[in-house]
Amino acid sequence: MNAISTNMVMLLAAILFILGIAGVVVRKNIIFMLLSVEIMLNAAGLAFVAAGARWAQADGQVMFIFILAMAAAEVSVGLALILQVYHQHKSLDIDKLREMNG
Amino acid sequence: MILVWLILILMGGGLLAFMLGQWNKSLPRWIALFTLFAGFLGLLSLWIEQYRFTNTWLVNYKTEWIPSFGITFHLAIDGLSLILLTLTFFIGILSILSSWSDIRDRVGFYHFNLLWILAGISGVFMAMDLFLFYFFWEVMLIPMYFLIGIWGSENRVYAAYKFFIFTQASGLLMLLAILGLYFIHGNNTGTFTYNYFELLGTVIPEGTANWLIAGFLIAFIVKLPLIPFHSWLPDAHSEAPTAGSLILAALLLKTGAYGIMRFALPLFPQAAINFAPWLMLLGVLGIIYGAILAYAQTDLKRLVAYTSVSHMGFVVVGIFAFSELALQGVVMQLITHAISTGALFVIAGILKERLHTRDISAMGGFWQQMPKLGVLSMVFTMASLGLPGLGNFIAELLILLGAFRSNLWITIFATAGLVFSAIYSLRIMQKVFFGPKAGSAPISDLNWRELSILTSLTIVIIWLGVYPQPVIHTAKPMVKYIENIFSGDASAVKNNKLLYQMKTAEQPNKKETYVSK
Amino acid sequence: MDNLLWLIPALPLVGAMLLILIGNLLPKTYVAIIGVGSITISAIVVLLTGYSFLSSPPEGGQLTQTLWVWFEVANFKPEITLYLDSLSLVFIFVITFIGALIHIYSAGFMAEDKDYSRFFACMNLFVFSMLILVLADNLLLLYLGWEGVGLCSYLLIGFWHESHANGYAARKAFIITRIGDTAMAIGLFILFYQFGTLSINGILQSAPNLWPVGSAIATATALLLLAGGAGKSAQLPLQTWLPDAMAGPSPVSALIHAATMVTAGVYLIARMHVIFELSPAAQMTVAVIGAATLFIAGFSALTQHDIKRVLAYSTISQIGYMFLALGVGAYSAAIFHFMIHAFFKALLFLAAGAVIEALHHEHSMFRMGGLKDKLPVVFWTFLIGCASLAALPLISSGFYSKDQILWYSWAAEGGDAILWVLALSGAFITAAYTTRMMILTFWGESKTEIGHKPGKLMTIPLVVLAFFALFAGFIELPHNFGHFTLFSDLLHPVLPETRLGESETNEWIFQLVAATVTLGGISLAYYFYYKQPQRLSNLRSSGAFNRIYDFWLSGWGFDKIYDTLIVKPVVYLANINRRDIIDQIYNAITSGTTALYRLLSFTQSGSLRWYVMGLIVGAILILTIQIML
Repeated sequence: MNAISTNMVMLLAAILFILGIAGVVVRKNIIFMLLSVEIMLNAAGLAFVAAGARWAQADGQVMFIFILAMAAAEVSVGLALILQVYHQHKSLDIDKLREMNG
Repeated sequence: MILVWLILILMGGGLLAFMLGQWNKSLPRWIALFTLFAGFLGLLSLWIEQYRFTNTWLVNYKTEWIPSFGITFHLAIDGLSLILLTLTFFIGILSILSSWSDIRDRVGFYHFNLLWILAGISGVFMAMDLFLFYFFWEVMLIPMYFLIGIWGSENRVYAAYKFFIFTQASGLLMLLAILGLYFIHGNNTGTFTYNYFELLGTVIPEGTANWLIAGFLIAFIVKLPLIPFHSWLPDAHSEAPTAGSLILAALLLKTGAYGIMRFALPLFPQAAINFAPWLMLLGVLGIIYGAILAYAQTDLKRLVAYTSVSHMGFVVVGIFAFSELALQGVVMQLITHAISTGALFVIAGILKERLHTRDISAMGGFWQQMPKLGVLSMVFTMASLGLPGLGNFIAELLILLGAFRSNLWITIFATAGLVFSAIYSLRIMQKVFFGPKAGSAPISDLNWRELSILTSLTIVIIWLGVYPQPVIHTAKPMVKYIENIFSGDASAVKNNKLLYQMKTAEQPNKKETYVSK
Repeated sequence: MDNLLWLIPALPLVGAMLLILIGNLLPKTYVAIIGVGSITISAIVVLLTGYSFLSSPPEGGQLTQTLWVWFEVANFKPEITLYLDSLSLVFIFVITFIGALIHIYSAGFMAEDKDYSRFFACMNLFVFSMLILVLADNLLLLYLGWEGVGLCSYLLIGFWHESHANGYAARKAFIITRIGDTAMAIGLFILFYQFGTLSINGILQSAPNLWPVGSAIATATALLLLAGGAGKSAQLPLQTWLPDAMAGPSPVSALIHAATMVTAGVYLIARMHVIFELSPAAQMTVAVIGAATLFIAGFSALTQHDIKRVLAYSTISQIGYMFLALGVGAYSAAIFHFMIHAFFKALLFLAAGAVIEALHHEHSMFRMGGLKDKLPVVFWTFLIGCASLAALPLISSGFYSKDQILWYSWAAEGGDAILWVLALSGAFITAAYTTRMMILTFWGESKTEIGHKPGKLMTIPLVVLAFFALFAGFIELPHNFGHFTLFSDLLHPVLPETRLGESETNEWIFQLVAATVTLGGISLAYYFYYKQPQRLSNLRSSGAFNRIYDFWLSGWGFDKIYDTLIVKPVVYLANINRRDIIDQIYNAITSGTTALYRLLSFTQSGSLRWYVMGLIVGAILILTIQIML
């Protein structure tokens, strides 16, 4: 198996992460924002795996499992909330949902 | 054990009043009255007993509380504490009586708060462990906040917040200072303790001592209050219900003075000397500033509140004169101010109950309809302006006499404050009782309950004016102790501390348990 | 008899307490019995005590009775101790004796008043305080009496409290005297620290050893005590309260503002004369204040319309004479004049009260007149009082007391020609305003109908006082004729004899001059007010004369000066600061915090995009900073 340099993987993680951020910032629909957050999470997971491989430690993979579990939990809660939001407001446009201002 | 009981019956009585208040409206009043009477009688027995001992400490009770942090449950009283405790229960009884018919709403909770304030105050006067002291210091604060905030008049929420923030913020600074002292003592000696007697004479670098005493003093002078920290007082006083004003003026303010005498001075003698001239200056400014503001007020309760500021200025001047005369005067002033100003608040409450206003421009000419109240008010306004023959005169005289040597000019200005006190006191009488009659509605004179409150206060103020010796005798050991700290060199402090501890440990013929570690 | 000493003040106190507690429930007769009875019995006790004091003088010429130790702190141990020597004997005699007469008079005078018991309660309380003042063995107890009389004076000036003016006058009296009292209190502090005691005898004995003559501390102390005395005795510059104090009922003016309380300053200075003698400067100040006051007040009395205000200014002026005498070291002359003045001035006030009541509370002399035949008893007694006040030569007791002072003001060691000239012109004015008052009130045509005539209760005290005003002077005759010195002999153990100055002076000439001046004053007023009243009206049409007249009428403008310089600025400052500038600072802090939180809460827009942007920008910022550092 060709050894892929850690730097390359980190670069990929960074690109994924920035894509995620960009998604969160530019998307109007909450579901797409949630997806972007997932991408960011997975970018972080990728970085962990790469780092674990680099130093031959299991920690990185352990962290990835954590992130996976957390992402699953988060998505379920997030989707439930989105469902409720849609019920209440009949819209998923983030620019229309701004009731919680100070 | 009697000391623990004093607090327990107040707290227990409070809980009982709260619970039974659900069923019956008048039961909490009787419970509170009975509780306070029981405590009062217990204290009177101590008064008689104190003449049998030459001890500084009359009763001592100590048990472990949180040993790992060096926190003990240590209560002890000497003459000064005894005087103030008696005052607490006496005023407590009167405060219950003064709100007898006034409060109809949530009677049980009201009396719960009242009794818990008194429990906190009693605890403050007894605690000999700084942590415990701080605990009680907070205990008296919160029920008072409720008392003002729930049963006050129109602007009560504002006043309650103001009271809470001032006292709480300053109390936290005191907590910091207590912790500082705790760690310094612990690092010096290896024993980490909050015990007052062990902390006495802690060697602290002067710069640090200045900061620590500042922490203590800020809490105490806010409570007193000394200008420029007085501004919570007029609001709290004028918005609180009558009993609340009475307790605030007569007891809560006294905890500040007590704290300075008990803790700030003996713990940091040198730093106290450094601060003394400035505090005396603030005190004398307070005397005159408070008097001038009192003169300008149109709200009767606010007026009386500002007179408190003025009178408490005398207390500060007296404490920081560090002489026996002045300190005895301070003790007298604490009592007489409690009586005279408390009485004026009761009078304001009585008038408010009848007129539904505190505005003195809506009053006038009440002497004809209320001659009894007129005579009694005359007594207390005269007390407030320091007429000889009434207690306040002795207090102010001793303070000025004692302060005269330590600071000539400040004393002269403080004496000039007597002229101002005449001006505002006579204004009260003129606006309320003399002049053409205001309004046409008939006003009834005092009923038996109001009459008995004011008469008992009158008897006390006259008694203190013509024969104050019992109070002076009782306060003497404490006063002497403070004077000794400041009269001699630094070694006097150490000797005094030893003497103090030795006397505490002796405890001859006492049933009280003295649990040592 | 010495064990009865405590009864003298105790009786009025019991009377006052009874009246305060149950006075409202009693019928007027019982109130009068308690009120008058307590003082009368007290007066009898005084007579008994005085008799035994004079017939068998106690050791050292003093009686003391310790009732209890007031309190004891450190080395300060004031006792409630009564102390009687010949000086206090004179005072308690005047207080209880004249007090009893005035109480009897009041029983008639106040008969219609609804607050009968309050009146007698206050009067009894006053007599009690005054007795304590003069019987006190230490200065602290004296101070108790001192403030006590101030309180009673306040209560009685404002007795008819429905009117704002009366309340104002009462407060003015209390506050102005309080200023003096405060100075006196500071004097007491100095005395305490210098001598370690406030016992009068202790201080007087050790003062000459401790303080050299003319030392600064003696001067300071003496001046502070003088300030107290000047406040109570209405001397310059604290004299402005007394004319307004006439708002009280006439018996009050007679008892408090003529006979007793206002002479407390005289008592204090006489009592503490050792301190004053240690400071020639202070003693000179006493004399100068006295002379200036008698002069100024005399001119004011000359122009007043209100009969009681004439008497008030006259009281200020006569007390000025007493201060002058004290200042030149003629102590017994001052006390003698105090006693005589108490008799005739009480008489004049009571008689004036009778006139005022007969004329339906008319105070202005210009609306009186022609009362000579309508109120004969009042007329004759008033005439006797006036003769005494004007010091009519030989026949009035006022002549004997005032003549002494006039002579001493030049001849005594501290005397001075200028003081004498002032005193002499004072005598001239006194004669003039007395005659003016007499003529305006009793001669001429009647201008107001009289209501009811005074009853027996009111006329008997007048007659008794008139008797004393006429004959009391004969117990002390001048050196050059008779040389009868019963009074000064009595006081000799307490007060030193007057030392005469170096220069030889012939007393006859002084008496002749004084008599001439008095007669001159009388004839001047007689001329302007009886013979040629139109001349006065001609004079009054000129502007300059009117300005002076108004200036004197207003009491030399003192009230106005104090009002603009002190009262108004203080009240103004108090009023603009009603809301407490310090509280405003705290309020500013709260509103600042509120404004800040409003600003911050603006950033919480509720828009998720906004928060995310915030997050990202923040992260970038932190990263940038990290990389750059």
